Amino acid sequence: MNRYPLWKYGLMALTLVVSLLYTLPNFYGESPAVQISAARSSAQVDAAVKDKVLGQLNAAGLVPTAVLPGTDTLKLRFKDVEQQIKAKDVIQQSLGENYIVALNLLSNTPEWLSGIGAKPMFLGLDLRGGVHFLLEVDMKAAVDKQMQKMGSSIRRELKDKKVRYGRVSLERDSVSVQLRDAETVDQTMAVLKKAMPDIVLTPSKTEGNFRVVASFSQASLSQMKTDAVAQNITTLHNRVNELGVAEPIIQQQGEGRIVVQLPGVQDTAKAKDILGRTASLEVRMAETDPAKHMEAQNGNVPAGYELLPMAGVRKGQTETILIKKEVELTGDNIVKAEPRYDQNNNPVIGIELDSLGASIFRDLTRENVGKNMAIVLVERGKGEVITAPRINAELGGSFVIEGGGMTVKEASDISLLVRAGSLAAPMNIVEERTIGPSLGKENIQKGFNSTLYGFVAIAVFMMIYYRMFGVVSAVALAVNVLFLLALLSMLQATLTLPGIAAIALALGMAIDSNVLINERIREEIRNGMSPQMAISEGYRHAFATILDSNVTTFIAGGALFLFGSGAVKGFAVVHCLGILTSMFSAVFFSRGLVNLIYGYRRRLTSLAV
Amino acid sequence: MIEFFHIKRDIPFMSYGKLTTAISLLTFVVAVFFLVHKGLNFGVEFTGGTVVELRYEQPADFQQIRQHVDSLKYGEAQVQSLGTARDVMVRLPNIKGKTSAQLSDEVFNVLKSSRPDVKVMKVEFIGPSVGDELVTHGLTALAVVCLGIIMYLAVRFEWRFAVSAVIANMHDVVIILGCFAFFQWEFSLAVLAGVLAVLGYSVNESVVVFDRIRENFHKPTMRGKTVPEVIDNAITATMSRTIITHASTEAMVLSMLVFGGAALHGFSMALTIGIVFGIYSSVLVASPLLLMFGVSRDNMVKQTVVKEEAVV
Repeated sequence: MNRYPLWKYGLMALTLVVSLLYTLPNFYGESPAVQISAARSSAQVDAAVKDKVLGQLNAAGLVPTAVLPGTDTLKLRFKDVEQQIKAKDVIQQSLGENYIVALNLLSNTPEWLSGIGAKPMFLGLDLRGGVHFLLEVDMKAAVDKQMQKMGSSIRRELKDKKVRYGRVSLERDSVSVQLRDAETVDQTMAVLKKAMPDIVLTPSKTEGNFRVVASFSQASLSQMKTDAVAQNITTLHNRVNELGVAEPIIQQQGEGRIVVQLPGVQDTAKAKDILGRTASLEVRMAETDPAKHMEAQNGNVPAGYELLPMAGVRKGQTETILIKKEVELTGDNIVKAEPRYDQNNNPVIGIELDSLGASIFRDLTRENVGKNMAIVLVERGKGEVITAPRINAELGGSFVIEGGGMTVKEASDISLLVRAGSLAAPMNIVEERTIGPSLGKENIQKGFNSTLYGFVAIAVFMMIYYRMFGVVSAVALAVNVLFLLALLSMLQATLTLPGIAAIALALGMAIDSNVLINERIREEIRNGMSPQMAISEGYRHAFATILDSNVTTFIAGGALFLFGSGAVKGFAVVHCLGILTSMFSAVFFSRGLVNLIYGYRRRLTSLAV
Repeated sequence: MIEFFHIKRDIPFMSYGKLTTAISLLTFVVAVFFLVHKGLNFGVEFTGGTVVELRYEQPADFQQIRQHVDSLKYGEAQVQSLGTARDVMVRLPNIKGKTSAQLSDEVFNVLKSSRPDVKVMKVEFIGPSVGDELVTHGLTALAVVCLGIIMYLAVRFEWRFAVSAVIANMHDVVIILGCFAFFQWEFSLAVLAGVLAVLGYSVNESVVVFDRIRENFHKPTMRGKTVPEVIDNAITATMSRTIITHASTEAMVLSMLVFGGAALHGFSMALTIGIVFGIYSSVLVASPLLLMFGVSRDNMVKQTVVKEEAVV
């Protein structure tokens, strides 16, 4: 009666082996490494870069212990921190600004383990040190900006279509256009409906109050907010990349908040400066006369011009370009930038301007047909030309930029850059945390020690009090930790200090199931049952209670997860997983062990419980 | 076989009902009094502000640090120890026009000028808007946990069990909060997590006793017994596991309290108190309440569908 079918023992062995394999990477530790990735869409981390880097390192007498090429990144592992820092400088110098060279810690997990997807848990900031920001996107400002754009578009459209209008005023969440009579109200409605199909128009024709009120629909308002957050996240990504942080986390939290976590960064001031920086996009005129360009390259830049580098240098293109200093149009007037295809199926970038931008652009292009304009991204006071296309004809508010042999990836990267160049809405820092690396190490140590001592205390007590069944309980508890760690590693969960606390608490609570079982078995024996019957009945009866009590604990854990933030959430995830693994180890696994120990004895007269 | 709790005769817990209810009520009222009178000492996550954690090579002179920080005139600044004589926490209110980085730098510089062996371990800044949200979320979580538990227990048992269990648990929660208010310990986000974990833990406790009560109602040998006798028998029979389980969990939590350092202190403190009161409340609050709500054999035996016999 107390025997498992073979497959159940197989399942026990299998889960044990798999858990061991997946827990293993956490114990290999980490070694210093340098991580190289591309800073701009045009730069690529390929074999050529690898050879160049290795050559330079060799020349400097630095030998990486491992070279790990990944998708779009190259990681080099070094013996110690000293070599790592030297190597970073060497690599940064040889590759220049197009690449991000970051210091990183790489797990020492052997390849056969990472090959089956076994990776160590990711450590949270409180365990590894770094900076944490919680930024709040100013949604009102984002909407206001759009409202202002809508106001100027309305004016322009009405002027273009020669509709006479009075004051255009911005109200709380709408734009109101004063009109003279019912006829102009109808005209305005017709014009605006055609020109701006997205907005909601409400006419008003009462005597003495002729006007049209324009507002955004609920759908477009929420779209606007989503876009604002998404664009800010993209911008933040670009900026954080320049900080040289190996594994930054930038995520949306709630409706309008963004979490930025920069592991290993200690300089909050610099991080904040870079996150809060403004980048802008400018349209200027380019000078393509080769003679002038040559002269400028020799150091003789004409007055009113400057020599700017090209961003994505392709074959047959010059590396620098001569650009007028005068700014014709800024990125504020760009409404949309997206990758598209032209009639020949070549990738191009579609740009849409607001009406003010469109009219400026129309004038600019009409006057400069045949010349080249340049789209310049200005960041930290440094300009870079994204593209410098030739103006073939007069262009309006919607046009495409052809990049001559641009790839699809480049088209999407550039349109992303154009969009992400500036923040959609201002952001405020509502939470900020800096954790020193030594504090992180200490937290790991303390968390680990308290779990260990607690575990030992419980295990020793169980073994003395319940003898053989206590040993089984202690083993089941150890297996529970193993399962929990394996599960967290498999899920690639982020382990934080509250997470460690949850592991400890899970152990403290998991023992309840075994106590319930052991007590019940004792009771069945006291009631005169045979040892084999007592085991079977004890487990059977205890299970209903274990289930009930775990479900109620799980409800509490679930609520913590849903409504908790930050630390509480981290706790809740591990807490809930711990309840699941404890059900498995305390009931299924411990029963298996008991079956192996007692189930095959024919004349069992007493149990060591 | 070692047995700490081999009790031959049922302990008449229910006959102490009046006394235990009076004690519970009294502790409850005292806890509420301190909560209202002294209030919780909310951590920086709730109130907003900047916290700087510093470490000295040699034991720090708190008096001196306080004077230095006060000389910066930031208003209500707090200086306290983080468990050891070398770890110092400085808590500052938010000041308009100054970022937390500036604040922490100023504090650090003024302290470093007098004692160069100081090091910044951690800086934390929380804006004023986040706190209110945390309180609302915390209260929502509390409400959802209670509702969820009531619903589950009402389905698995009966509404009387559900309501008694939740009242007993709220009693634990209020007492933990009362302790935090009385000693003016910092109520941080981690403490909130601890309090909510206690809610789950202590309900689990009541469930074990309830399971046994239900089982007893079904047992033929219990036919002739009165309801209080049935409950007494259930509590006595689960006594051993109650104490052992709680002692084990308490051992783990105490280990965190002793070895876990400052970061785990509040969390483990909430659990330590919660677990002690959890034993008391599941035995001496939930069960008398159950009796008071008029639970009877008919409530349980009617539901013949519920086959699961329970345990311990």
